[in-house]
Amino acid sequence: MSDARSAILAKLRTNRDAHPVTPPPSDTTVLAEKRWAPEERLPRIRRLMEAVHTEFLEATEADWSVVVREFLVREGAATLLYAPATPDGATLASAFPPSPPRGEGRGEGNLTLVPYDRPVEAFKERLFEGIDAGLTSTLGAIAETGSLILWPSVEEPRLLSLVPHIHVALLRADALYDTFWQAMRDNRWAEGMPTNALLISGPSKTADIEQTLAYGVHGPKRLIVVVIR
Amino acid sequence: MAEHPPQAVNFAAASKAALLDPQLRGNFRRAMDGLMSKRAVQFADAKEWHDMRALAASVRLRTLAKLPELLETLEANCTRNGIQVHWASTTAEANAIVLGIMKRVDAKLAVKGKSMVTEEMHLNAFLEQHGIEALEADLGEYIVQLDGTMPSHIIMPAIHLNTKQIAHLFKRKIKEAESIEDAAYLTDLARRILRKKFMTADVGMSGVNAAVAETGTLCLIENEGNGRMCTTVPPVHIAFMGLEKVVEHLEDVPPVISLLPRSATGQPITTYVNMITSPRKEGELDGPREIHLVILDNGRSSVYADPELRDTLRCIRCGACMNHCPVYTKVGGHAYEAPYPGPIGKILVPQMEGLAKRGEMPHACTMCNACVEICPVRIPIVEIMGRLRVEAVRPGDAVKDAGAQASKAEAMVWKGWAAMNASPTAYKIATMAMSKLGNAAPTGLPLLKEWTSVRAKPRFASRTLHDLAREKGIPDV
Amino acid sequence: MTTATAPQPTPPRPSKVYFFGTCLVDLFYPEAGMAGMELLKAQGLTVVFPQGQSCCGQPAYNSGYRDEALKVARAQLDLFPEDLPIVVPSGSCAGMMRKHWPHLFHGEPDEAKAVNVSSRVWELTQFLVQVLDVRLEDKGEPMRVTWHASCHAQREMGVVEEPKALLRQLANVELVELKREKECCGFGGTFAVRHPEISAAMVGDKVADIEQTGARRVVSGDCGCLLNINGALEGGRKPVQGQHIAQFLKERLHG
Repeated sequence: MSDARSAILAKLRTNRDAHPVTPPPSDTTVLAEKRWAPEERLPRIRRLMEAVHTEFLEATEADWSVVVREFLVREGAATLLYAPATPDGATLASAFPPSPPRGEGRGEGNLTLVPYDRPVEAFKERLFEGIDAGLTSTLGAIAETGSLILWPSVEEPRLLSLVPHIHVALLRADALYDTFWQAMRDNRWAEGMPTNALLISGPSKTADIEQTLAYGVHGPKRLIVVVIR
Repeated sequence: MAEHPPQAVNFAAASKAALLDPQLRGNFRRAMDGLMSKRAVQFADAKEWHDMRALAASVRLRTLAKLPELLETLEANCTRNGIQVHWASTTAEANAIVLGIMKRVDAKLAVKGKSMVTEEMHLNAFLEQHGIEALEADLGEYIVQLDGTMPSHIIMPAIHLNTKQIAHLFKRKIKEAESIEDAAYLTDLARRILRKKFMTADVGMSGVNAAVAETGTLCLIENEGNGRMCTTVPPVHIAFMGLEKVVEHLEDVPPVISLLPRSATGQPITTYVNMITSPRKEGELDGPREIHLVILDNGRSSVYADPELRDTLRCIRCGACMNHCPVYTKVGGHAYEAPYPGPIGKILVPQMEGLAKRGEMPHACTMCNACVEICPVRIPIVEIMGRLRVEAVRPGDAVKDAGAQASKAEAMVWKGWAAMNASPTAYKIATMAMSKLGNAAPTGLPLLKEWTSVRAKPRFASRTLHDLAREKGIPDV
Repeated sequence: MTTATAPQPTPPRPSKVYFFGTCLVDLFYPEAGMAGMELLKAQGLTVVFPQGQSCCGQPAYNSGYRDEALKVARAQLDLFPEDLPIVVPSGSCAGMMRKHWPHLFHGEPDEAKAVNVSSRVWELTQFLVQVLDVRLEDKGEPMRVTWHASCHAQREMGVVEEPKALLRQLANVELVELKREKECCGFGGTFAVRHPEISAAMVGDKVADIEQTGARRVVSGDCGCLLNINGALEGGRKPVQGQHIAQFLKERLHG
């Protein structure tokens, strides 16, 4: 289809050159001016995300894994998918005794820890039909819109935050940005984007049936943000 | 291939049916009222709205200024990232590209995220003809597909149906469905069915909200997660974009994806902003192993030719113009019988499909400018509408089938009108005649007949303002 | 490319103005035109009504017949030779002259003249409030009214608050605003006859909105809308009446 390519580009070039466009400069002051005092960011993120049914847990670096475990046990989750090769994954595993209830990985009470450690093809059915919760890290959150930033990686696969019914996300309270724009500038995203980068602002939702909000249409039904101070 | 003269689409007839359906009218009225007030809350700060809009418009204009170069950069960077780029001049070419990929990977089932470009292509029907199932996964699109109809809104495809109607549809079409008229139940049912499909699909398809030239990144926004499913679970992902969807820099994305959901549904951001830059890399455990990007022209490069009409291509497909259009909110999306209804459809579709087929579309508008007032990228929709009305009656090559609606009789009427209004003497005689005789005109006359079908006959005053001003001694100079 | 034209710089209060009546007022609502001129005269202004005037050209312009629109617009240009404001009792026709004439005359030999005339055009209520800063004394009986805003007054002339500010000056008038004040009534010039059913649905919604205010009078600044709304009110035998704001104000001032 290289014919189409050259035809399209040639036509665009001819048409543009016949009537060039002079765009006005892109004035980003309006984005730069969206600022919140550091102490206002987290409450704002919380308010915006809670408005779309996100739940929040408070924890410290020392106890978050226990907080997560106890929460999920309380909620009756039986399986928690995690990324074993990440530092957070190692911390999480340490909160689970190595004697599993069903002879797999680690467990506590009825909650089994399941590592996401093989290609999805070897794992699809289990992933879709046998996992209650998934835990991921975040790169921080955005005050303007109440959004988590996720950069899945080799160690932390993409579907961890999508397929399990409950997504538990760790948010360090010192990694807060004012805007999406600020986050991508401060971290020079344009110099190298990962395979997939995400903003997540709540559990999956839809209003396609008569504009009635319903949560958990395709992705997670619940999003739990664990704020680590 | 023999070219048949295109059949004109009769908007008036289709809209008549819609107007007679009180259920439909009620559904739209309620939905659009809600969307308008939710949007207004998002833009309560007039300065922020003004500045964001100026920024987003500048981003889109920069795209138009550098369109061929940006597409080349996008292609180069996508290719470097491992995304395979395909170009299609026509929807037929695009469909052939898709079929080629599907056959190569022996695909039987494709799951789809929302893509208006694939509506232009009639891709689902095309694949079905080739024995491939293309299943819409966006809940609204899924409902519409089950119903065998078209989306009636580009953002909310099933907005024409209410819960009861959808419950009946599910009961009819889905084995395990129970008769429960509840959005949560219906949503959960669709979740259960579609999760199986995501798991087993051979190919995932999606649209693109913005493609970043600088990094070769495809940005998709959505609330449901079906877009992420389609672009992450199946081994192959095919993304579709109209060629105008490219933006220059990654930093151009935030203003666009801020204004889009705020304008569309009044939410500050969608649940997911999904930025895809490459297929699965060595060592990664999930994600598609192949990504294909299909860049479609389908008339856009012609729209691009005219400096005035070109602004049509600024559109970011938020659909806010529909929500605010007093015509759209009365007749709904189906009456347009086009992939894009409402104001943007009225300027885009006639340019894509030609004025012979779509000449009536630019007239389905009172030129109230409600759309122009809220367009987040400041498209002069009504000016373009006016220009298309000119092209419809003036033979030329600015728009496909220009002059298709030219009528000698209509041209004579306007010539006569101009002669009357351009000469004070002729005007005086004509208005005197209307004052004296106008009220005696039978209501069966053309135009008057349409007018009086729902209104009392307008009454000519017995003396004109000219007469009264003269009588009262109002000076003439 | 913005919706409304840039806000007019407020000129010093003139002693004389031109009045452009518009063809619809001329034929269907001449009393509204007279009332507009009387309101201006009551402010001590000399009002000039050039007898050579006809139409701003909008009907042809919006129907795709630009040459015909240009011919008619051009016939108006010499009627306003002095550097004075031109007051128009219609947001729509004022919008045509202010916003579209420069575009219509672009590249024409008389472009400069057209731009000059265009820059002097004011919608009536806008002129009364912004330039004359009028103070109205209400002599009428207590009554409830509602206001219908024309699309072009709002979105081409930027006239939104001015007419309502005038109505609110009237001590005995209670203004109840429409729920959907910004929504088009469905006139749209030739739209009303090209798409009579849709137009009827639109004006039907408008009439329902008017009725829910409980007002017996709907006041507007555009005779196109009034033809449509009054036609529907009368056709539906509703006890509400539409009236041009100039005429309504004049009645209130005379008691």
